[in-house]
Parts: sequence; C-alpha cells; structure tokens
Amino acid sequence: MLRDITIGQYFPGNSVIHRLDPRFKIIITIIYIVMLFTGDNFLCLAVGAVFTFGAILLSRIPLKMFFKSVKPLFIFLIITSLINLLFMSRGDVLFEWKFIKITDEGLTTSAFMVIRIVLLIMGTSLLTYTTSPITLTDAIERLLSPLRKIKFPVHELAMMMSIALRFIPTLIEETDKIMSAQKARGAEIDTGSFAVRAKNLVSILVPLFISAFRRADELATAMECRCYHGGEGRTRLRQLRSAPRDYIALAVTVLFLAAVIVLGKLF
Amino acid sequence: MAILETQELTYTYSVGTPFEKTAVDHVSLKIEEGEMIGVMGHTGSGKSTLIQHFNGLLKPTSGKVLLDGKDIWADKDKIRDVRFKVGLVFQYPEYQIFEETVYKDIAFGPKNMGLDEAEIKRRVYETAHDIGLSEELLERSPFELSGGQKRRVAIAGVMAMEPRVLILDEPTAGLDPAGRDKILDHIKSYHERTKNTILIVSHSMEDIATFADRILVMSKAKLFCCDETVKVFARADEISRIGLDVPQITRVFGELKRRGLDFGKEVYTVGYARDLLLRQLKEREVR
Repeated sequence: MLRDITIGQYFPGNSVIHRLDPRFKIIITIIYIVMLFTGDNFLCLAVGAVFTFGAILLSRIPLKMFFKSVKPLFIFLIITSLINLLFMSRGDVLFEWKFIKITDEGLTTSAFMVIRIVLLIMGTSLLTYTTSPITLTDAIERLLSPLRKIKFPVHELAMMMSIALRFIPTLIEETDKIMSAQKARGAEIDTGSFAVRAKNLVSILVPLFISAFRRADELATAMECRCYHGGEGRTRLRQLRSAPRDYIALAVTVLFLAAVIVLGKLF
Repeated sequence: MAILETQELTYTYSVGTPFEKTAVDHVSLKIEEGEMIGVMGHTGSGKSTLIQHFNGLLKPTSGKVLLDGKDIWADKDKIRDVRFKVGLVFQYPEYQIFEETVYKDIAFGPKNMGLDEAEIKRRVYETAHDIGLSEELLERSPFELSGGQKRRVAIAGVMAMEPRVLILDEPTAGLDPAGRDKILDHIKSYHERTKNTILIVSHSMEDIATFADRILVMSKAKLFCCDETVKVFARADEISRIGLDVPQITRVFGELKRRGLDFGKEVYTVGYARDLLLRQLKEREVR
C-alpha cells in the first residue's frame, strides 16, 4: 500500500533529460509551470502537452509511470472538476435538475482545469523521476546561494532537505514492518471501525517516532565522526557544470513559453 | 493431519512493475502438531516472505495455506483469528514495543483477542515466567530495559496470545552469546511445557542443530528440502553448495571420515560428539 507512492521516486537512466544540469532542470520546470498557467485556451494547453510528452519521450521512462504519479491525486482532480462543473454559471445551460445547473462553459472549464493539472503533475514528476534527490538538493543549494548574502541558511536548508528525502523510503519500510508486527498481534489497522483504527495508530506511531529519533541520533554521530561542520569551506564530489545542451534545452523551453503567450494573445 | 500446510504457494512482489520479483516459488510443505522446526536459508532466499504467509500477513499470489486442513483465505474476515492461532515474532521485535509498562505491552495481543482481565493477567504472568522476566519488571517501562530484556518482552507479547504455532524470525540476532543462550533455553522450555508447534528462523547451524526435529531449507525462492535434522546435515555438500553451512562439528567429523575414521553416524552437536568419542575410547581401552 505505502510502497505504491511514486512521488519523489527516481528512475536511474542515461537519457538526455537525465544528463541535463539539475539547476537548468529546475529553472526549466519553473518556466514550464508558468507556461501552463499563462495559456488560457486549449491551443496553449496543446502546446504545453506537446512539450510534456516530448520531454517524456526523451527521458525514455515508460508513460505508465507518469499516469501512476497522477493516481494519488485522483480525488483532488474529481473535486476540482466537480466544483468547476457545478458552480460555473456563465454560458448556455445544458442540463438542469433542482439546484444542479451545468453550462457548456462549466464543462469546458472543468476539462481545461483537469488537463492543466494532469500536465502539471506529469511534467513536475519528470523532474524527480530523472534527477536523483541528492543532485536535486545540490542544485537547489546552488540556485539559492545568492540568498546567503542576507544570512539565509541555504546550506543547512539543503542538508535538511537531502536528509529528509534520504529517509523517506527508510521510514516507509519501517512503518510497513511495524504495521505487520502489530497486525501479527491482532491490532486492527486496515480493518475495524474508525475509533479502533485511530486507537491502534498509537501502536504504530510510538515505535516509529522512537526509531526516527534513534536514527537521527546515530546519523548525527556518524556525521560528526566524519568531521561535518556545516557548509563553510566544504567542497563537492560532483561539481555542477553546464554544457551547451543545457542552454539549448532552456532556449527550447523559452520558445515554447513565447509560443504559448503569442497563442494566448491571438485567440 | 498436519497443523500447517502449504500447497504450491507462490508469492510475487510488485506484480506488473519493473521491480517484479518472485520471492516464494511453488512451495509445498507440511508441518505436524508439536514439531520444533528450524528454518534456514540465505538472506533473500524467501524464508521471511514464506513465514509471513503462515499467519496471513501476506496473501499468496497463487497456491494455498492450510491451517488444520482449512484454507486460511477461505473467509477473509476470519484472518485475524488465524493470527491468534499462528503467532509471528518478527526480526528485532523490540522495535514494536510501545506501551508504558511491560505488563501492558505483553497484554496488547491478548487484549486484541477480547479476553477478560483475569485471563489476560494469568497469561501475562505465565508468559513472563516462561521467558524469564521477573515480576517486578512488569510494572517498569519497557524502554528502560536492556536489549536482551526488551527482546524477551516482545517475544512474550506474542507468546501470551497462546498461539498453537509460534514462529520466530531470528530471535537471537544481535544478542551476545549469554543473551542468545537464555532466549533459546526459554523457548525450549516453553516448547516442552506447552507442546506447541514452533518454527525458528536462524542463521546459526549450531543453534538449529541443538533444538530442531526437522529442518526446512529455502534456496532462491524454492523449498530446497524439509527433512529430519540428521538427514539434512547428511547432505553437507549440497548444503554448502547453496551457500549455507553445516555445524562446525559436522564438518570436523566429515573430515575425519574422509581420512578413514568413520563413526558410522552423522554428528551435528558437540554434546553428541563428546559422548561418541568417549564411548569409542572406552571400547578401545577394553580391547
């Protein structure tokens, strides 16, 4: 059950997308999000979709994994489309029953919103699917480094992020194990009434917190043993270097953004 | 009739993804009431996956698990009853402890069974005694105890459900020799008192050799063999070929046999080896 979560999962590979400089990938993703939200007609979305699927094809990650990334947000998508469908009063009425009134404009808006969100999730999943968490936090640290001038703890933030990311799978595994152990003692966790389940949650959370604290303690000791003393004067194993392909990718993205803006103005 | 039986049990992880892996492959075996069974196998051989099927934590991809001849998945809503009949102690079980007192933690399982207060109390005191926890420890916080004591509290938590089959996944992993012997001794005396079926997963051939009536060996997701201890260790060559060891003393006697000193019997415990040697020496003296 918990193993099915794909958000933040990394699929190792050697495609063009994998090899892009992570700093560029983050900037491209931001431009991509802007691109999806500036376009306000279906033509703009189509351009966005071409960009998304083109990038997915280049990444050589099976399309199935991207649909899987949308799955956890399925309920959210349904709610969004329902709200747009039911509360849009503009346009011609297609269907009316008691207080429910569906207009053609409501229909198109809800379809538009759902497609936009699906593209958004798929595109941003591409970033985490093709970039390992460590490189990603490295890139964030570099991108935020100008903020150091105003005493913003950039290195500490990046370190906390990479540690948190590193321990997500570990904690999921641990939760699975503790759940099985308590189920073996007859605890009702995925069956039984809500009250019983809530009470039994304690039997999972207490051991989980204890082990998280223990791990934190051990990790701190291990880091100190290796003379970790913060970001001051720290060098890196992997230097981030930009290549011509990074600039090309950026240029292509900007081109797409320009196309969306133009199409949005024209139609 | 066998108390536990599997028929062509197969389990595949993450079906339909690139991470698909068959962990248990067509395993059929029978476990009789009252047996003490040692479970051996390499890391990743599928033994942990296999034992999680015995109490219905995992549902077979195909095949069946029978308890008293009845398919445990015949009625999904009854699966909790199966967990009370087949108790499973995981590896490093001390990490599942959560209550404020040792008493409450041991009582968690029996409470989930819906027993009354008096019966719970009887069970907690009895299992605490069985596993060698003194009564004054029962009111202490489990988190103040030593590693070995915590381990015993966690084992008692499963024993207190009085399961007809008790499965322990490496109950002695990470303990010092004294703690290890203590736990094994307590499990042995529990077995003698209750006559319940016990399965112990262990990497130590020496340990398995001293307690097991039968040994179940897993290798690469398949059942390699499930036979009497003597017969399994007699296949020393095959056992070492799949990356497992036979007890040191068995290896010593194997080498002696190769050099022409055949005792005519398979030796797998030090105690037995000593008796055998002393007897042989005496016979020589008489001659």
